[in-house]
Amino acid sequence: MNNINRRDFLKRLGLGASVTGLALAGCNTAGKKVTSSGTESGEIPEDKMTYRTNPKTGEKVSLLGYGCMRWPTLSGDGGRDTTDELDQDAINDLVDTALRHGVNYFDTSPAYCKGKSEHATGVALSRHPRDSYFIATKLSNFAPSTWSREASLAMYRNSLKELQTDYIDYMLLHGIGMGDDGMDVFRKRYIDNGVLDFLIQEREKGRVRNLGFSYHGDVAVFDYLLSKHDEYKWDFVQIQLNYVDWKHAKEVNERNTNAEYLYGELAKRNIPTIIMEPLLGGRLSNVPDHVVARLKQREPEKSVASWAFRYAGSHPGVLTVLSGMTYKEHLEDNLRSFCPLKPLTDEDNAFLYETADLMMQYPTVPCNDCKYCMPCPYGIDIPSILLHYNKCINEGNVPASKQSENYREARRAFLIGYDRCVPKLRQASHCIGCGQCAPHCPQSIDIPAELHRIDGVVEKLKQQI
Amino acid sequence: MLKKIRVTLAIVSILLVTLLFVDFTGMAHVWFGWMAKIQFLPALLALNFGVIIALVVLTLLLGRIYCSVICPLGIMQDIFAWFGKKSKKNRYSFSPAKNILRYVLLAVMLFAILAGISSIVALLAPYSAYGRIAQSLFAPVVAWVNNLFAAWAERHDSYAFYSVDVWLRSGITLGVAVATLVILGFLAWRNGRTYCNTVCPVGTLLGLLSKYSVFRPVIDTSKCNGCGLCARNCKAACINSKEHMIDYSRCVTCFDCINKCSRGAISYSFRKPKAHEAEEVTPGKKVDTSRRQFLSVAAIAATTAAINAQEKVVDGGLAVITDKKKPNRKTRIVPPGAISIKNLTDHCTACQLCVASCPNGVLRPSSDLATLMQPESSYERGYCRPECTRCSEVCPAGAIVKIDRAEKSSIQIGHAVWVKENCVPLTDGKECGNCARHCPVGAITMVPSDPANENSPKIPVVNTERCIGCGACENLCPARPFSAIYVEGNERHRIV
Repeated sequence: MNNINRRDFLKRLGLGASVTGLALAGCNTAGKKVTSSGTESGEIPEDKMTYRTNPKTGEKVSLLGYGCMRWPTLSGDGGRDTTDELDQDAINDLVDTALRHGVNYFDTSPAYCKGKSEHATGVALSRHPRDSYFIATKLSNFAPSTWSREASLAMYRNSLKELQTDYIDYMLLHGIGMGDDGMDVFRKRYIDNGVLDFLIQEREKGRVRNLGFSYHGDVAVFDYLLSKHDEYKWDFVQIQLNYVDWKHAKEVNERNTNAEYLYGELAKRNIPTIIMEPLLGGRLSNVPDHVVARLKQREPEKSVASWAFRYAGSHPGVLTVLSGMTYKEHLEDNLRSFCPLKPLTDEDNAFLYETADLMMQYPTVPCNDCKYCMPCPYGIDIPSILLHYNKCINEGNVPASKQSENYREARRAFLIGYDRCVPKLRQASHCIGCGQCAPHCPQSIDIPAELHRIDGVVEKLKQQI
Repeated sequence: MLKKIRVTLAIVSILLVTLLFVDFTGMAHVWFGWMAKIQFLPALLALNFGVIIALVVLTLLLGRIYCSVICPLGIMQDIFAWFGKKSKKNRYSFSPAKNILRYVLLAVMLFAILAGISSIVALLAPYSAYGRIAQSLFAPVVAWVNNLFAAWAERHDSYAFYSVDVWLRSGITLGVAVATLVILGFLAWRNGRTYCNTVCPVGTLLGLLSKYSVFRPVIDTSKCNGCGLCARNCKAACINSKEHMIDYSRCVTCFDCINKCSRGAISYSFRKPKAHEAEEVTPGKKVDTSRRQFLSVAAIAATTAAINAQEKVVDGGLAVITDKKKPNRKTRIVPPGAISIKNLTDHCTACQLCVASCPNGVLRPSSDLATLMQPESSYERGYCRPECTRCSEVCPAGAIVKIDRAEKSSIQIGHAVWVKENCVPLTDGKECGNCARHCPVGAITMVPSDPANENSPKIPVVNTERCIGCGACENLCPARPFSAIYVEGNERHRIV
């Protein structure tokens, strides 16, 4: 999210140079304040975190929540290898830093990081007092083999064991609305096997302190669950919210629902909202150059990503905003946004909606790199392909035709970059279109269609020398 | 002076030829592709009369210049010999010509060419021997170094370099290349051009011509004191200093003797009776020599210039992919432009230039005894892409004739064959159609496997009339290790 690419670096260098220029000019006209570092790299206060109150328990939840879906791996950034392990030392360090600055909400799942997230999160958190943080995990019984009551309960019990605790603060039904027939899948996962009733009993016994669900996809399931609010008494709901999805969710993806509607429904019922994908999986930090310029021009010292976080946090009904922070720099940048939060004004919001309109002109694929689609049984590296394509779209390296001005450079950047990001055998040309990935996508991307389309782009670029 | 010109030209020449074999981008061929086309044996097999006539004229005029500045194997031997001379000075001596061996091998070569025994041609051809060494031993090193640069470029977000696959195409060819390098290197280190004057059929053939060359090194008996220094520095072992005779059929016109002679008794001059020669060569004529040198260099320049699967439970991870295996093809596949298997076999000298230039991992040397080291296609690593015609552009021997992209798209080099047992819609019950989606000529249609049931899994059917045998279907088929659709070669290529 705060990855500095070469352009950013040059930009910062330029910024730095101009600051130095100003500073030197300042030497002549004595009395001007000169510092050795920008606010972007200054100390972050440890006692300024903004908290929101859970109306049921009265507990204070930090507005920045830690998403445990993107923990760092030993092999580093590109750790897509099947053998890579999570980097526990780095995770411990991230968790310590987060806790020290007041982050107290940690959100994991049995499915994250190839199933290794809960264990690693448990190891890191158990080094701190249990009452200094809240654990959120999910019942991620996506695979039909885990739909049975026994398998689902085994998954829940395993979560308690991995997280080294005997209670879960925030328990979620994971990914409601996903699948070809969202309602049908929901019934099979939680109703027919009595798992939802079981979790409600666990809540009565105190082993689940708050019960909610995370929602993706079919809005009918969302509406249905809210209509049953009197029966189930949802303590919180997790939705996707960001300044693009607020009004453009349908344009990003036909099956999605505008966050404006989702948030409004929850606010109406006074249900605390937890925000996921405030950054759209990094797509709101890795934006086209002129959007960077636009955001930076308005607030030169704030990162591009901070706009998205402050936007999400500025909604009063939001309990916490989740961010899957792989790197220390991500964490520090986010802490700057929330320690404390300076809520956005109406003008700021209007500015962001205009920005969203600009961004909608770029035909990127709405992939958030969550890897829910993986592993592809035929070995395709789906998110890497989609991310490479998006990167090329944003950088203007998907030429419309051979007559395009920068055709040669763009073609080279696209094709060489493609081979670098994705090994040949895992590229889109090997997608057979079996469609096993599509139901897993929380963004409801028609993955095979997108892969075939991208393969068509690649083929065209290869043939038109 | 003459020696300096020869050495300079030789170094430039071997570097350019080597560049052709190690350059995987194809850029070198645009500029220096003609370097391969002026090689004698490939030109002969390609019936490239212009080149052959030019080389014959060159040899009749100047002697075996070809052997010292054009043939990369000869230059490579000179490099070894140079090291040999460093370790021991004046190490050579005159030896009589082994004419029986030479002419027998020349006859064997001619017979092999006429009878189409391509493995013998491949083993004896000097340029091809060097090509195998360059492709098997130098190209991987260059590729590895390139990959280091590519890794460095990637870190700096640069697209200046891209990494390439380095893979062993054929163990036999690698073995032959290593053996050639070791044996020839040793012979050259000890005795200079032994190979060129006993084994090499091109050397023998050109030797027959160079006997009558217009320019030649001549010993001036009036100046010679019989010290024998020239003979002990002749890498061709062709100077009989006692008799003041030079065997011009073996002389590769390296000019070393001229430089070595402390009395200036050897000169590169017109073919004339010895008596006149002695009279005419006087110090006053030195201007002439330089003009002659210029003319001879110009002649060389002129000749060269004239020619030209598992269930998902957790998120992330990558499924293991098993490598593809080569199917058992009844007929081997040869690249488009080869015209027919016979044409390729008859013309190819197995120099590996096409193998080195194939960017798609398709071409590799055959390990079949009859077609040893000649190229054949297989699609485990890639397929014969529609935009690529590189092998046809580089072939110097007429084994793969030049075609353009339009022609390529209509040449049937083989036809796809479906293997029911491996087909994913039938084995996994999953929709596929990847072969049909990628067929560049639209020769594959997906049809229901059960004619009575429209909804049964769809299987590919191939219209062999349209199929060109490019192997896209075979390479991109998800069935592993054996594809469910593979290409059988056509003995004779056809035009659709």
